[in-house]
Amino acid sequence: MNVAVDVTQMLPPRVIPRALMRRKLIDRGMRTLAGCAIGLAMVPLVSVLWKLLALGLPGLRPGFFTSLPVPVGESGGGMGNAFVGTLIVVAIGSAIGIPIGVFAGIYLAEFGRGPLARWVRFMADVLSGVPSIAVGMFAYTVVVMPIGHFSALSGGVALSVLMIPVVTRTTEEMLKLVPNTLREAALALGAPRWRATLSIVLPTALPGVLAGIMLAIARVAGETAPLLFTAFGDPHWFAGVTKPVAALPMQIFVYASSPYDEWHQQAWTGALVLVLLIVVMQLAVRLYARSRLR
Amino acid sequence: MDRIFRHSTRIFALMVIALAVAIFAGLLHAAMPAVKQFGFRFITGRTWDPVEQNFGALPFLFGTIVSSALALLIATPVGLGVAIFLNELAPRRVRAPLAFVIDLLAAIPSVVYGLWGIFTLVPFMREHPSGWLARHLGWIPLFRGPSYGVGMLTGGVILAIMILPTISSISREVLSAVPNTQREGALALGSTRWEMVRHAVLPYAKSGIFGAVVLGLGRALGETMAVTMVIGNRPEISASLLAPSYTMASVLANEFAEATTDLYVSALVEIGLLLFVVTILVNIGARLMVRKVKQA
Repeated sequence: MNVAVDVTQMLPPRVIPRALMRRKLIDRGMRTLAGCAIGLAMVPLVSVLWKLLALGLPGLRPGFFTSLPVPVGESGGGMGNAFVGTLIVVAIGSAIGIPIGVFAGIYLAEFGRGPLARWVRFMADVLSGVPSIAVGMFAYTVVVMPIGHFSALSGGVALSVLMIPVVTRTTEEMLKLVPNTLREAALALGAPRWRATLSIVLPTALPGVLAGIMLAIARVAGETAPLLFTAFGDPHWFAGVTKPVAALPMQIFVYASSPYDEWHQQAWTGALVLVLLIVVMQLAVRLYARSRLR
Repeated sequence: MDRIFRHSTRIFALMVIALAVAIFAGLLHAAMPAVKQFGFRFITGRTWDPVEQNFGALPFLFGTIVSSALALLIATPVGLGVAIFLNELAPRRVRAPLAFVIDLLAAIPSVVYGLWGIFTLVPFMREHPSGWLARHLGWIPLFRGPSYGVGMLTGGVILAIMILPTISSISREVLSAVPNTQREGALALGSTRWEMVRHAVLPYAKSGIFGAVVLGLGRALGETMAVTMVIGNRPEISASLLAPSYTMASVLANEFAEATTDLYVSALVEIGLLLFVVTILVNIGARLMVRKVKQA
C-alpha cells in the first residue's frame, strides 16, 4: 500500500500572477540578449586570432626576421627590413614623444592649476582624437616637404604626435596618485620642489608612468596610416633616418592588397608577429601593474 | 632653480597646445590653394578627376558618413549590451577576464582587421549577409545590385567591430559611475535585474552612454586602413549598401603619396582638414557628455 502522500497537493495551488510572470520573462529575455551581445562581440576576435594562427604560423621561420622581401615567384624571403624599420620608427617616435609627454604630465600634476593647465588637458584630449591619417599629413607638411623626400624621421615625428597625448594624461594621473605626504616630507627635509618632484614623486609613480608609456608604444606600433606618406616604405635594409624605411604594418597592407598567394602568406605571418608584439606588451603592462598594486 | 624647473615643464605643456594648433594651421595652410580654387563647390562636387584637375569631395563625405552611421547602428546595441552584461548582470568572477578579452579587440591593429577583412569577412559577406540581401531584398534600392563582398555594408561591419570596444569600455566607465544606491533602491522596490537596469541605471547614465557612442563615431570617422581594404574604393554615390564606396580617410591613404600636382595634393589636404575638424568637434562633444555623468 502506498502511504506516501504528496504533500504539495494539500497546499493551495501556487498562483504566479500573470504580470509577475511577464516581468520575469522579460528579465530573462534581456539577460539572454546581453549575454548574446558578449558572444557576438567575441566572434570576430576569435575568428581573427584563429586565422592569424592558422595562416600566419606556417610562415614563422627565423628567415622571416633575417631576410629581405623577394620578388614574386621566388621562394623564401621575409620582412626583416620591415621588422627593423618598425623598431626604428617607434624608437624615434618614443625619443620625441616620451620626454614631451612626461614633462607635460609633470607640469599638469605638480603645477597644474589655472586656465593654462585646463587648456593643456583639453588639447591633449583633442589630440588623442585626431585621426592618425591627419597626423600623417601634418608630419608630411612639416618634415617631408621641407626635406624634399620621405624619411624614417618623419614617420617617427608622426608617431610621436600620437604618443604625446597618451603619455601626458597617464603621467598626470599616475603622479596625482602619489600621496601628498611624500611631497611634504621631501620639502620638509629641505629639498627644493624640483628635487622633490624628480627624486621622490616621479620614482614613486614610475611603474604607472612606464605602463602608460608602454601602452602608448603598443598603440602606435600597429599604426599604418600615419606612415604611408612619411616613412613610405622601402625594399632594402634601413639606411639612415633621412631615408625612407619599411614598417611591418605598411608591408602587411601592401602584401594583403597584392594578388599573389606567396605575399598573402607573408602578410599573415607579418600580422601574427605584429599582434603578438602588441598583445605581449599590453599583457606585460597589465601583469606588471597588478603585481605593483599588491 | 625651482623657477627654472617649473618654467621648463610649462614649456613642454605648452608644446601640447602648440602641437594641436600647428596641426590645424599646417593643414589649413596646405589646403588653401584648393580652398581658393573650388570654394564651397569642393564639398558639393561629385566628380573627382585628378587628370582634369577637377576635385569634388562629396562621394568621400557620403562614404564616410554612411559607413560610420552603419557602424554605429550595429555597434551601439552590441556595445551597450556588452557593457550592461559586464557591469550589471555577469557573475563578479568573470567580469574582469571578459572585459579584458573585449578590450583585446581594441589592441588589434587596423591593418590586421583589414587583412582579415579581405580574406575572411569579404567572402563571408559576399555569400551570406550581402548575398542574401541581394537575392531576397534586391527590389529595394538599398540592396540593389550584385553582391561583390566589398562595399559599404562590409565597411560598416568592420568599422562596427573596431569601435565596439570604445563604446563598451566607455559605457562601462559611465555605468560604474552610477551610485549603488540607485540600484539598491530599485531592487528594494522589488524590481527585477533588468527593470533595475532599465529604470534606475540607464536613465542616470544616459548622457554618458550617448557620449560613449559619439566617441565611437569619432573613431569610425577617422579609421583608415581596415575600411580602405574592404569598402571597394569607388568614388560614386550609390543608394545601395552593397555597392562599393570610398571614404575620406581611404582616399588619403590611397592617393596622397602618389599625388602629382600641387592642386591635387592641396585638394587631398583639404579632405584631411575637413576630417580633422569634424572628428575634433565630435570628440569634444562626446567628452563633455561623458564628463557630465562622471562628475555628477
